[in-house]
Parts: sequence; structure tokens; C-alpha cells
Amino acid sequence: MAEDKKLKTLATGDKTIPPEGAKMIPIYIMGREYMVPETLTIMKAVEYAGYSYVRGCGCRGGICGACGTFYRFLGDYRLRSGLACQTVAEPNMVIMQLPFFPANRPGYDLENMQGNPHEELRRLYPEVFKCVGCGTCTRTCPMDIDVMDYIALMKRGDLRGAALKSFDCVMCGLCTSRCPAQISQYMAAMFVRRVFGKFILPKAEHLSKRVEEVKSGKYEKKLKELIGMKQEDVKKLYVEREREPDLAEAGKWMPKDTTNL
Amino acid sequence: MSSGYTPALMELIKKVEATRPARVEKARKGEHFPALTMEQRQEWLKKYHPDYKNDGRRQVIVGPNKGTVLPEEVASLLESKSRINPANFDLSRADYTTDLLVIGAGGAGTAAALAAQEAGLKVLISTKLRHGDSNTVMAEGGIQAADQEGDSPYFHYLDVIGGGHFSNQPELVAAMTNDAPLIIHWLESLGMMFDKMPDGRMKVRHGGGTSRKRMHSAGDMTGAEIMRVVRDEARNRTNDIKLLEFTPAVEILLDENGRAAGAVLYNLETKEYYIVRAKAVLIATGGFGRLHIQGFPTTNHYGATADGCVMAYRAGVRLQDMDSTQYHPTGAIFPEQNVGLLITEKVRGLGAQLLNTEGEQFCFPLEPRDVESACVIRECLEIGKGIVTPTGRFGVWLDSPMIDMLHGEGTVRKELPAKYIQFKRYDIDISKVPMLIYPTLHYQNGGIAINEWSETSVEGLFSAGEVAGGVHGRNRLMGNSLLDVLVFGRRAGIRAAEYAKGNNPSGKVTLSHVDNFNKEIDKAGIKDPGVGPILLPDYAPDHVRERQVG
Repeated sequence: MAEDKKLKTLATGDKTIPPEGAKMIPIYIMGREYMVPETLTIMKAVEYAGYSYVRGCGCRGGICGACGTFYRFLGDYRLRSGLACQTVAEPNMVIMQLPFFPANRPGYDLENMQGNPHEELRRLYPEVFKCVGCGTCTRTCPMDIDVMDYIALMKRGDLRGAALKSFDCVMCGLCTSRCPAQISQYMAAMFVRRVFGKFILPKAEHLSKRVEEVKSGKYEKKLKELIGMKQEDVKKLYVEREREPDLAEAGKWMPKDTTNL
Repeated sequence: MSSGYTPALMELIKKVEATRPARVEKARKGEHFPALTMEQRQEWLKKYHPDYKNDGRRQVIVGPNKGTVLPEEVASLLESKSRINPANFDLSRADYTTDLLVIGAGGAGTAAALAAQEAGLKVLISTKLRHGDSNTVMAEGGIQAADQEGDSPYFHYLDVIGGGHFSNQPELVAAMTNDAPLIIHWLESLGMMFDKMPDGRMKVRHGGGTSRKRMHSAGDMTGAEIMRVVRDEARNRTNDIKLLEFTPAVEILLDENGRAAGAVLYNLETKEYYIVRAKAVLIATGGFGRLHIQGFPTTNHYGATADGCVMAYRAGVRLQDMDSTQYHPTGAIFPEQNVGLLITEKVRGLGAQLLNTEGEQFCFPLEPRDVESACVIRECLEIGKGIVTPTGRFGVWLDSPMIDMLHGEGTVRKELPAKYIQFKRYDIDISKVPMLIYPTLHYQNGGIAINEWSETSVEGLFSAGEVAGGVHGRNRLMGNSLLDVLVFGRRAGIRAAEYAKGNNPSGKVTLSHVDNFNKEIDKAGIKDPGVGPILLPDYAPDHVRERQVG
């Protein structure tokens, strides 16, 4: 009997396998009706219908922003949005993906940036300061970011707040596509996050020190020794290496043997 | 209650709930399911890990790795014929001319483009999807670098090579660990939002197999933040860095002296081919997850189809360790929408146990990744105590509700916000009910053979990132893939600049290596060879395919 219980088949890859007896539901891909099994994501439903993606599909895991999608339900005036790889297809959904949107992105030179960052933001993205506060961007964001709020923080010059508030952005561009003030929110936010990371967050001093050491060639000799060592000897060093305790305070803990630091 | 599970699965969950109080009680006392001995580990791996199984593998019979045993999917791809007929191409003309051609626009390709541009080169990046569509954006956990006082590249080296079972190429490990602090510093200077203490000190954590806390992060989307930043910087340098999206390379061009001299590109939308002439070429096309080795689901992005390996192979470059694949032990298999979704190691780190259909433990939950995967496969295939999903997939329970019981109500939501949301969306509250998991294809350990300056055996041809092999040996530690792509990407850009400046390409370029390879396939008697690179996976269901035949 035990033999019978062994499972021999492997379900393959990403191809959708509809559950037995799965209910079929109608969806409308750019207006045309297809019947697909319920419970699939929009992306898998579109593939089930027979489409092969070239645009509009990337990581398939909700982080790359390739598959921004707008949809309505038949008979409902409300326009909704989501990522195709993260949103479940439901009956009578009328779907349109937005694989590309022409956002405004002026180039800039962060390394040689003159003047204060807020003024630079105003120079690069004057449209940010024309936000009408309608909140459509926030309602549109598939990552539940309060886009309008970070735009407000930008206007006020709170670049730290704007950087932190926009951090989860996957740059799908849905906010920008709906903005009546024609703001490219996600591009402005990218600029602000880099300004924050470079000029506002304090620098890691221990890192700069280590970089000097590496550049001076300090570790090359040690590493060369390891490269030339017999495998048994490297194994011994590996097994004997001391483990930093999980709760050790960064920068304070030192190993007993400091010769190889 | 969580209605996301079917009634049949809810019935099975009752068995998990029945054993939970006793399991939690034991866990509180620090009593664990015994870990395997070193001997058992080897036995389990040999019997159940897909890398060690002989089914589904065979010798590849053409090309530089002729005679090497590889997974069927990889062997078939390497034995595929070119998409093009070289006779149709007038190679005396060029649609694009550049100093460095970068194939692939993930972390490695973009880092290389930036480094080469800084050294004075004109760069053309060709990429199959959009700039940044890559496994780089999907890396959540972090990036390793020995920059704290109690750490050094020496210890980072030991961790990497020990984690790789000493099968790594030592020179590559040394290069990566030595450069690691430089990479973090470079990212900091580009304005990356690292997790830092108020005084600017990097927040660092341990990862599996590390002796020091050196995992740097940017929330739980470290790879996405890195990609956003380096891509943004490349966009600031469009005078020197040109980008062709949705235009993958399909063959490398060689000159009369056998040096890399450009590539044939293919516009996925207009179906046109273009000839690019370049002084140096970098292959940075990423891994092979979308080949679905042995039918496994994958955590990889849509374009991970090993294009670079195919092109390099035809140009005469040897591949290494292509039989070595990292299976992450815990990929979601239910609901269908989450198939392949990575369930981070952190879940088990917080105390969640793996359970079979009877609600029983069958392994220590924190074995090394390859061993843990073997345990799950054994429980399903050999013991027969897996749980079958309504879509015919099978796996085991990952008992996440234990986490709140062990660490207090709300821990799941606080520590695993992304996973919580990704299941909650489908009416499954993972703080209340367990998840269903099975190993998933995560990382291509092997790849194109390179040296510590990302050079391949073909002069002028460079390779970096997941497509290249040797850095991690046969097993990679968490936090070293983001590092790998940036270190060897930048090294490729720097060395390519030196090479390109001294290189005056001879007039003629050729695709004769492609002709020769096609002939070799015919001679080997391979029936119905496929066409490669495949570029995109095909997920059309059977009922559609049947009707596509005209």
C-alpha cells in the first residue's frame, strides 16, 4: 500500500493547471471575451487565454513594475488598477495593461549637483509644485503608497519624508498616467530618494575606512595565501572560524584572533 | 477562518492543528527534530536532490562541453540550432557601432556599462525586456560585504568557499570578497538608501553560513533598490550609454582572429535583425530558471532562459557546473497564483516547522538549502506523505502560525509583512493557517567560465553575473548574488575599457562559428533540434496550442 501512496508526477513549471472542476469565468482582454478558470492572476489568465507576453511581464512576483493594469467591471463606472501578476482575475473584468507610459525624466548630475536639493527638484520637476491634490495617484497605486502625500512632502521640502514614503515604489507608472497635473511622480521620487541616500543620510565612516584599506592592497596578500592553500587547510580554517554572536553590537564586537582583520 | 483553502485542505489542516500545541511546547524547551548526520546528508542529497538524480540528465553531445552530463533541459538547449541562417546576413555593414556591447540590462550589465563609461567608452546595451528586468530586482535579503571592524575579506572568503563545499574558483572568491566594500561604497555614493543606524553605520545581519554579520539591506527589497539606483544613473549618461530594449542578442560575432567583435540582435516587436560591431562584448544575460529544470517552478523573472550560455557556447566558450542548480527549499505551491513565490528562510528562522500530511515533523527545519530541499522531496516522493493541491502539485506544510505562538501575537505581520500580504490577498492568513511549499528553482550555480576580470576564453568576450559560473561553486550563500553581479559587472567594464582602447578591430567579422555549430549538430545526428536561444518561455495551455496548428 505504501507504494501506491508515492507521488510520481511533478506539476510543470509556471503553466497554469486549472483545478479539477474549476469554475470558468468570463474576462474581457482589451474588450474581447475569454473564458478562464477562476482564481488565476490576471497575468496567468491572459496566458491561459492564449496570449504570449512580450511587454507587460517581468518578474511575475510584484516587484518589477512591468505589468501595471487598469480594469473595470462590466456595469461599474469605477476604474481600478493593480499589477497583473498580483491581482486575481474576477468575472466580468475588462482588462487593459499599461506596459509603457512616457514619463518625464530630465537628466541630472548627482555627483556635481550645485545648490540645495529642494531648488534642484523645483528646477527638474516644476510640475510637482502644481499638484492639485486630487488624490488620484494614491488611489491608483498598486503598492498602496500614499503618492499624493509624498508629493506634498516634496512641495514642502521634506525630502526625507518623501524618500521614505515612496520607498516601496516599483515604478510601474500608473500614478503618472492618471495625473491631471501631468506630474511624473515616480521619476521625481527616484531623484528625491537618491538625493536623500547621498546627501541626507549620514555616511558610513567604517565603510570609508575599509575602502581605504582595500585600495591600499591590505587584503590582497592574505587572500592570495588562501588561494594557494591546500583544500584541507582551508577546510580547517573554515570549521574553526569564530562566529559573531547574533546580538553582538555592530562595530563593538571583535573576534578573539584579530590577526586576519 | 481562512477560506482561501479548499474544504479538503482545511480538513488536512486540522491534523496540523492537532499536533501544534505539543510541537510548540517542545520548541519552547529548545527541543528540535534531530538534524541529519554528515553521512545522512550525503545519502539524502544523492538519493533525492535533483542535482544528484540521474533521471532527467544526459551527456551533451556537441560543443565545448561534449560528454558532460547535464540536465535534459540544458543539454537540449545547448544542442539547439541558431535562430538565424548566417548566409542571409551581409556582415560588411553595421546597424550600430560601439566600443562595448553589453548584452543584458540587469545588475551586472548596468554596473559594467557605468564602469566602462567612466573609463571613456561608448556603450550600447541590448536587452530582451526592459532595463532592469532581471533577477537582480527580485533579490530581497541583502548584499554581503566585510566592512565592519570585526570582519575582513579574509573571513568573507572562508564563508563563501565553505558554503560552496570548496568547489568554487578561489581567484573569483578572492576578487569578490576583496571588492565587496568598494561596491557598497559605490552604491552609497550613488545615493542608495541602505538601512543605517542614526550615525550612518550600516545595519548588518547574519545570513545562512556567515561567520560575521555582514548582510547589508534596503528594507526587504535590496535588489530592487540597487537596480533602481544603477539604472537611474545609467539614464543620466545617455550621451555615452545607449539602450535597446526588447532587442535581445541571438548570436555573437567574431572577427577573423577569433575575437569577439559584436553581435546579431533581434527586435522582438518588428522581428528585424541588426548587426552590431563592437570592440568588446559582455554577456550578462542572467540565469536559467525559466527552463524549469525537471519541471520545477521557479522564483526567476520571465526572461531567465540562459540565452547567454547558448551564444557563448556556440562561440566556443566552455561552461562549468551547469548541472548544479540551487533549489530553494520553500517555494509556494498554493494557491496557484503564488506558485514559485519564494518563502524566505526567515520563516523557518522564526521557528516555523515543516510538516507532512499527518501533521508530523520529518526534518530539522534549518538544514543547508540543498539538504532541506532533499528532505522535502523525499517526504513527498519516497515516503508518500505529501499534500496534493487541487491543481495536482504537491508539497508539505510550513507551519507559520507557530511563529506568533512562539514570539507573541502579531510577529508574523511585523516580521513578514510582504508574505503576509501576498497570502492575505487570497484569503489565507499565514499567522493562523500554514502555507504549502515545495522546493523551487532559484539560482543557476554554474555558467560561463570566466577569470577574476570577467574574461572568457574568447578574446574580447566578457561575462558577468548569474550567467557566469565558478564564483559560488556548487552552492551559493544568501547575499552573495547581488554582490557577484556588481563586482564582476564592474570588473568587466573596467577590463573591457582597457582592452577596447588597445584594440583596433580588423575589418571582417564572421558567423562561421554558427555555421560550424549547426553542422556539428547535423553530424551528431540530433533529431529535431530545437531553436535557441529560446528568448521567452511558452506558457500557452494545451487547448490553445492545439488550435494554433493551421
